[in-house]
Amino acid sequence: MTDTSALQYTPEHEWVLVEGSIATVGITAYAAEKLGDVVFVELPEVGSTVASGTVVGEIESTKSVGELFAPVNGIVTATNDAVVESPELVNSDPFGAGWLIKVEFDTLPTLLSQAEYSALIGE
Amino acid sequence: MTTADSSTPDSTDSRSPERFSPLHQAHVDAGASFTDFAGWQMPVRYSSDLAEHHAVRDAAGLFDLSHMAEILIEGPDAAAYLDYALAGKLSSVELWQAKYSLLLAETGGIIDDLVVYRLDDTKFLVVANAGNRFAAFDALLARADGFKVSVVDQSDDYALIAVQGPNALAILDATAGVTDLGTDLRFMKYYRITDAFFRGHPLLVARTGYTGEDGFELYLAADQARELWDALVVAGADKGLVPAGLASRDTLRLEAGMPLYGHELTLTTFPAQAGLGRVVNLNKEDDFVGRAASEAGPAAGASVLVGLIAAGKRAGRADYEIFRSLDAETSDGVITSGALSPTLGYPIAMAYVTPDLARLGTEVYVDVRGTRLPATVTSLPFYKRVK
Repeated sequence: MTDTSALQYTPEHEWVLVEGSIATVGITAYAAEKLGDVVFVELPEVGSTVASGTVVGEIESTKSVGELFAPVNGIVTATNDAVVESPELVNSDPFGAGWLIKVEFDTLPTLLSQAEYSALIGE
Repeated sequence: MTTADSSTPDSTDSRSPERFSPLHQAHVDAGASFTDFAGWQMPVRYSSDLAEHHAVRDAAGLFDLSHMAEILIEGPDAAAYLDYALAGKLSSVELWQAKYSLLLAETGGIIDDLVVYRLDDTKFLVVANAGNRFAAFDALLARADGFKVSVVDQSDDYALIAVQGPNALAILDATAGVTDLGTDLRFMKYYRITDAFFRGHPLLVARTGYTGEDGFELYLAADQARELWDALVVAGADKGLVPAGLASRDTLRLEAGMPLYGHELTLTTFPAQAGLGRVVNLNKEDDFVGRAASEAGPAAGASVLVGLIAAGKRAGRADYEIFRSLDAETSDGVITSGALSPTLGYPIAMAYVTPDLARLGTEVYVDVRGTRLPATVTSLPFYKRVK
């Protein structure tokens, strides 16, 4: 199990794992549950520059479309091919195998702690 | 999660802004996520939309449809009244037969689509969409003038449970407490209904549904609903039965090419545009509401409903626009329902397009959030079960 207390969060229901200058990004279990079964994931190109708060990908479920926002300014260093191949990983392991992108950043913006995120979603 | 309410809500107060099914607690117990549907808190899914969808195609699913409206029509003029009030010829429906029909406005548009069951020579049960309950009831009541008939909204008294899928018959057969069936279910045809009892209380068993599979819809008193639900769960335990939410119901009916009111059918849609011209019986001798407008038909060039299929995984969804080419500046249609088909594995949609694009095989483009993706006009339904 991923230690979700070690993660940081955004109001857009994404989680961010910071390791050095690399941010690994996924959507939270709450967001995955709200979306329903994820059937299609579109991710940005490796090497592309992303700006914090902009839409860089899409997460489609049978019922709806969720947008992937970049939580930081930086350059995409990796995308999760496994989740493109098997979008259901977003539902089955949102905090682990369902990660979406890794972004190399210069400065980390202020993100939410787990306690703050839990309060946001009313848990 | 914030949606699961463990309290026991009042399901009988129709003035309550938020309505709860008599089966609400069963859904909470089963871990359902809820969604608002026409003011009702209904299960959108229990665990997985896709798993529930596949269960209905491969085994069976259990649906709570208690939000739907039941309106009882009774009296010596019931059949003649329905011939006047609805688009079809209900007087020719046999006892214990069901018929899909439309409640038309004078303008020829659709107030609601309905299933009508004949329960006696002078008694019919009309089942309307939850969101149209009051519009349908008001229209039906207004049309009763001069007929010896009573029109009674019994929606709050009825629960409706559907068992859908290839194992539905075996499950119903094994359900404890279902007795005195008027017809042996094995020999009951599609679009028929029969009376029965569940633990001594009246039960109606209809071979109808909204999934494209064989299945049954069960009408009974709301206060008996939980016991029947639980009995069905027990009977279905070794037959692949899972509770199924409205999300799977929507993809199932879409694959089966069945229209959903508010999407394919509206007050400004003519039945002929939706491919439902056959439901409007212009051979009826007497007048009926919407007849003159139906005979005149929709305006020349009015859009028509088509099926669309596409490659890849990006589905066009409701309200996405259709273009005849990659660079066309104005749209030539709009999707009314669309999804990545769980059974077929590719995107499917129903859409209204200008008539010149309606030919089977026509290539069109769907604007999927700024990108025009090709799609092909195809016949409906997308999925048909093997009988």
